Amino acid sequence: MKKLRSLDELNRLRADLHDQVSLRLDVGTTITVGMGTCGITAGSRQVMQALQEELRAHGVEAEVTAAGCTGLCEREPLVEIHQAGKPTVTYGDITPAKVPQMVEEHLLEDRIIEDWVVRRGETGV
Amino acid sequence: MAEMKRAHVMICRSTACDASNSGDVLRAMQEEIKRRGLDGAIEVVETGCRGLCAKGPVMDIYPGGIFYCHVQAEDVPEIVEETLVKGEVVERLTYEDVATGDAIPIYEDIPFYSKQERRLLRHCGKIDPQSIEEYIAFGGYSALSHALFGMTPDEIIEEVKASGLRGRGGGGFPTGRKWEATRDAHGEIKYVVANGDEGDPGAFMDRSLMEADPHSVLEGMAIGARAVGAKEGFIYVRDEYPLAVRNLTIAIQQARDYGLLGENILNSRFDFDVEIVRGAGAFVCGESSALMQSLEGRVGEPRPKHFHATERGLWDRPTCLNNVKTWANIPLIVAAGADWFASVGTDGSKGTNTFCLVGKTRNPGLIEVPMGITLREIIYDIGGGIPDDRAFKAVQTGGPSGGCIPRDLLDLEVDFDRLTEAGSMMGSGAMVIMDDRTCMVDVARYFLEFLKEESCGKCTPCREGIKSMLAILHRITEGHGEMADLDRLEALGRTVQKTSLCGLGKTAPNPVLSTLRYFHDEYEAHIKDKACPAGVCRALIEYTINPAACTGCGLCMRQCPQEAISGERKEPHVIDQELCIKCGVCHDVCRFDAVRVR
Repeated sequence: MKKLRSLDELNRLRADLHDQVSLRLDVGTTITVGMGTCGITAGSRQVMQALQEELRAHGVEAEVTAAGCTGLCEREPLVEIHQAGKPTVTYGDITPAKVPQMVEEHLLEDRIIEDWVVRRGETGV
Repeated sequence: MAEMKRAHVMICRSTACDASNSGDVLRAMQEEIKRRGLDGAIEVVETGCRGLCAKGPVMDIYPGGIFYCHVQAEDVPEIVEETLVKGEVVERLTYEDVATGDAIPIYEDIPFYSKQERRLLRHCGKIDPQSIEEYIAFGGYSALSHALFGMTPDEIIEEVKASGLRGRGGGGFPTGRKWEATRDAHGEIKYVVANGDEGDPGAFMDRSLMEADPHSVLEGMAIGARAVGAKEGFIYVRDEYPLAVRNLTIAIQQARDYGLLGENILNSRFDFDVEIVRGAGAFVCGESSALMQSLEGRVGEPRPKHFHATERGLWDRPTCLNNVKTWANIPLIVAAGADWFASVGTDGSKGTNTFCLVGKTRNPGLIEVPMGITLREIIYDIGGGIPDDRAFKAVQTGGPSGGCIPRDLLDLEVDFDRLTEAGSMMGSGAMVIMDDRTCMVDVARYFLEFLKEESCGKCTPCREGIKSMLAILHRITEGHGEMADLDRLEALGRTVQKTSLCGLGKTAPNPVLSTLRYFHDEYEAHIKDKACPAGVCRALIEYTINPAACTGCGLCMRQCPQEAISGERKEPHVIDQELCIKCGVCHDVCRFDAVRVR
């Protein structure tokens, strides 16, 4: 442990440590993208990238993580959105082109896009 | 850059879960993760108390906040396989909703949690209390930074005043005013002191906070010291809290290593350091003036308050003493602002408060709620109601200094003033829930016994008054009471209240006076009918066997420690009242409900 000699050093340390605990930060929204072999083959990596850009562009606070195969391989890429106090929703067949609409309607306008829903449930891991 | 793990498993290692062997769960988890080659991907973290203590050992898994209860070491392989690898919930380990029986896997959805507002307890269960890095990562010490570089000491005091924070030790004195008085007092050398003595039976909020989030107390004290002009602080922790002492000690050392305590903190030219002092088993040392005596190495006895500690306290120097919870609220107020703090609560009591729900409740544990919530919501929505669906009788708030509040006042809004009006007080925050099998006279007797032992003896009203009241209560519970005793109790009680030297004595009569006020008929039953309606006072109850229900199985006869039961096989049995010691074992073991208590 090195002695902190200024406010700047403290702030820099905090920024460095942020990633170590970000998984636990209660931002209220956790988005899980299917990243099993089925997901990757179907294009999840591009969806993940588009998602992160879209969230950043709109300044939306969310924890984005990856999960393995959850069984519904034919509907990959799957994107599960879990928000505290609301039912968890999983959207299927998501493409980078669909991401802006998903972020705008589900996260910003709080409206579930019924046509895209493949599952409602409650895991977040 | 630290490597990113994809899941964090938080295992509670606070005193309660530890007592249920969460250490075994921890070791099993660490071994299983290693065995499966997952240690690069999964982080196992030891945390402090999450609050739902009755369900321990508990475990949280992030992301998602999946919560498992009563976890044993044998459950670990299944948790790793199902939840960590496959992303499935192990239903049998989740919390079961009291009313519906549904599994609730996400912690935030559990009714116990969803009605709470965890501000003070924000880090508890989410961080490793032995890691200053985690505290910093969660935003720790940013409030101190702001206080040192972005505010003047006067501005800090104004912010605390504006927040409306009142002392969380139970006295409820406006914290901002106490700080102002300390700052205004004459003297170069001043002190800040944290009261971590927590003597009330059934209270463990302070313990949980000190165990789970020690840095929040240190940061609050540093900010306070800056505001009032102190350079030295003391944390007085009761010796019966070894884990709290250990975690605070580690925290202080780590803070010193990082230069967040000590000389010239962050190059601000502000010096501040903290020392831990351990108590030695006296309840009275939770009283501020007795505490300071004890801290100085003298016998812990209180003194009359014709001058306050803020003028002359420790070693006759201006001293600002606050409860650990009060200190831990300060970083929140400085970081988020007085308005945010005051955005919940009532007019007279701003913010949130922590309570320990104990006694006859389905969900005993540690909660934090906004001031103004009703007792009904706490007891039924959060606490889950009374086990076995028994009737609620009373709730004791404020520890032995508090009073009992009856069913008619269930819709009382919890805040400092309302509780005092009802004859009780906020006190430390312990809430003991009682059902129809609790005898209120016995409750008064129990608390008086405790206070009699803990009275320091310095002043006559407390020393002699409590003893006299206790003698009367013994008479009543043993069936020798008379109606005049009730007047004597009132008179004695009021005298002790008015003339005792310190808070212990002044509030000692509260349990008696409040039970007399709300449960007068129960006292009368003990006196006039020589009966205990709740079936508790041994001298007044009788165990008998109902011959109609008894099958003559002989189980009670075999279990009776006094061999007081006799009977032939398959014939109704009989209890010999001369030999019976009223232990109640026969009642507990009878499978046919044939043993009656009156």
